[in-house]
Amino acid sequence: MTKINSPIVDHIAKLAKIPLSEDEKDNFATGFTKTLEVVDKLFKVDVSDIEPTHQVAGLKNILREDKVNEEKMLPQKKALSNTKNQHDGYFVVDQILAED
Amino acid sequence: MKTNELTLVKAIDLLDKKEISLEEVYKDTLRVVEAKNKELNIYLSLNKNSLMEANKNKDGLLHGLPVAVKDNFLTIGLPTTASSKVLENFMPPYESTVTKRLKKAGGVVIGKTNMDAWAHGSSTETSDFGPTKNPRNPKYLPGGSSGGSAAAVAADMTIVAIGSETAGSIRQPASWCGVVGLKPTYGRTSRYGVVAMGSSLDSPGPLAKTVEDSALILNHIAGQDDNDGTTSPVPIQNYTRNLKRGVKDMKIGICYIDHPKIRNTQVAESVLEAGKIFENLGAKVDTISISDKMENGKILTHEHAIGVYTVVQRGEVSSNLSRYDGIRYGYGRDRFGHEAKNRIMLGTFTLSKGYADRYYVHAQKVRSLYIKNFKELFSKYDLLISSPSPSFALPLGSLGDDPMFGELQDMLVEPSSLAGICGISIPMFHDEKTNLYLGLNIMGDYFQEEKILRAAWAYEQATKWNPWIKNS
Repeated sequence: MTKINSPIVDHIAKLAKIPLSEDEKDNFATGFTKTLEVVDKLFKVDVSDIEPTHQVAGLKNILREDKVNEEKMLPQKKALSNTKNQHDGYFVVDQILAED
Repeated sequence: MKTNELTLVKAIDLLDKKEISLEEVYKDTLRVVEAKNKELNIYLSLNKNSLMEANKNKDGLLHGLPVAVKDNFLTIGLPTTASSKVLENFMPPYESTVTKRLKKAGGVVIGKTNMDAWAHGSSTETSDFGPTKNPRNPKYLPGGSSGGSAAAVAADMTIVAIGSETAGSIRQPASWCGVVGLKPTYGRTSRYGVVAMGSSLDSPGPLAKTVEDSALILNHIAGQDDNDGTTSPVPIQNYTRNLKRGVKDMKIGICYIDHPKIRNTQVAESVLEAGKIFENLGAKVDTISISDKMENGKILTHEHAIGVYTVVQRGEVSSNLSRYDGIRYGYGRDRFGHEAKNRIMLGTFTLSKGYADRYYVHAQKVRSLYIKNFKELFSKYDLLISSPSPSFALPLGSLGDDPMFGELQDMLVEPSSLAGICGISIPMFHDEKTNLYLGLNIMGDYFQEEKILRAAWAYEQATKWNPWIKNS
């Protein structure tokens, strides 16, 4: 059985970039353990020699022509129309590199 | 009769004969919206220009008639929130293929309907903008995630609606609201411009008053799309042409009625009765028993499907919802509700280093077994029937804090959704006391939409359960 504890929840939250309160951490640890109990039943199913599903309708290697589709292009103004933070026609993002 | 209560086919006919006008249709429809939307919480936003657009589109095959659209389809000029505060006030810069095709065919998006936030759920109770109530009985839930679209049809707040299904999200609310819900084969309708949830599962489809209305809408939205590489090159059919040919000589298998949760319930009784009706209509009907391992002639229990679905869907959710960073559009990740956080995190876990093979790959192998199982059954049967939900609509507040609520609700459709086959839910029972409905789920092999629609139409005509057929 897979038991999820608080440090694992912390680690997942960091990977998924989800801010959590202490209460939520406990709640998720209990919830995930319960959910994984259901999932763990899958290991009883014999799948030796079974290929995993890749595409249900059997499509393979679907490629599009290497051509620009102007209909799908967004002009700068439209592309920026939903952002809360822009500067000189650019999206503003948080700084990720610290200055020494 | 008010014009908003008309079926799509009837409304088109009366507009053609000039017996009704678009002005009347919009006036009648918006009158009900104004009277009931506050209580039922069906529309999140309304198109203020609907009548103007209708008059512009009146020469199209859909004659400018209103279509209610689930709020996870991108629509230019109308906000698209997927019922999440992360996307509050988001105005899409482009249009989904499904709504684009509907508009081209003469349809008008009258408004955007409430849903479970990000389509995560089976009740609409996880919507960040409050639950939708079931118009048949407002003490009950409409089901979900396309609960708003099903409710809009049930309340005659539109002529027809669009929803999307990942596992049960069209068929279960259709069942609970007493409307018709069609989940096409995966890849039959385009996912372009639909807020992505489970990309290997998501299938847009109609919620409508009748089977014929559903077939007509499918005619307009089905088919390959250059913007969605998973849409199929298999040719589309004219889904209305052979609709009335009946089910003579079809082989139909009844499924899942021997499950302990269903056995001896009204659901099982009604599904068996549906089998008898098909027999009377000339089909050959068998009952198929469930099995927890692969056996010829038996249907694989849905219990494993719940596990497969949980792993696959959560994994795809965690990947799809990683794009919501609050930089280019929308708000930050702190605005995700409990259910979205739950699914993103579980998916992140099952796809993380050391666990991906154990969970994800194993689940995809079990998924292959379901596909194999359906292929074997469809070599013997034309159609499989069951119920899309194990129960009538549940009362408001039923979600509670059970992390597996949706999976238990959707257990009877999850195997077919994982396989990607098509299915349609139509009214099969009406409880006079509560005014609530049960649905019959008719499933067909890949791209056999024409066949399931034919059977659904025959059943609808032979029974008294569809309220719009009864009244016409």
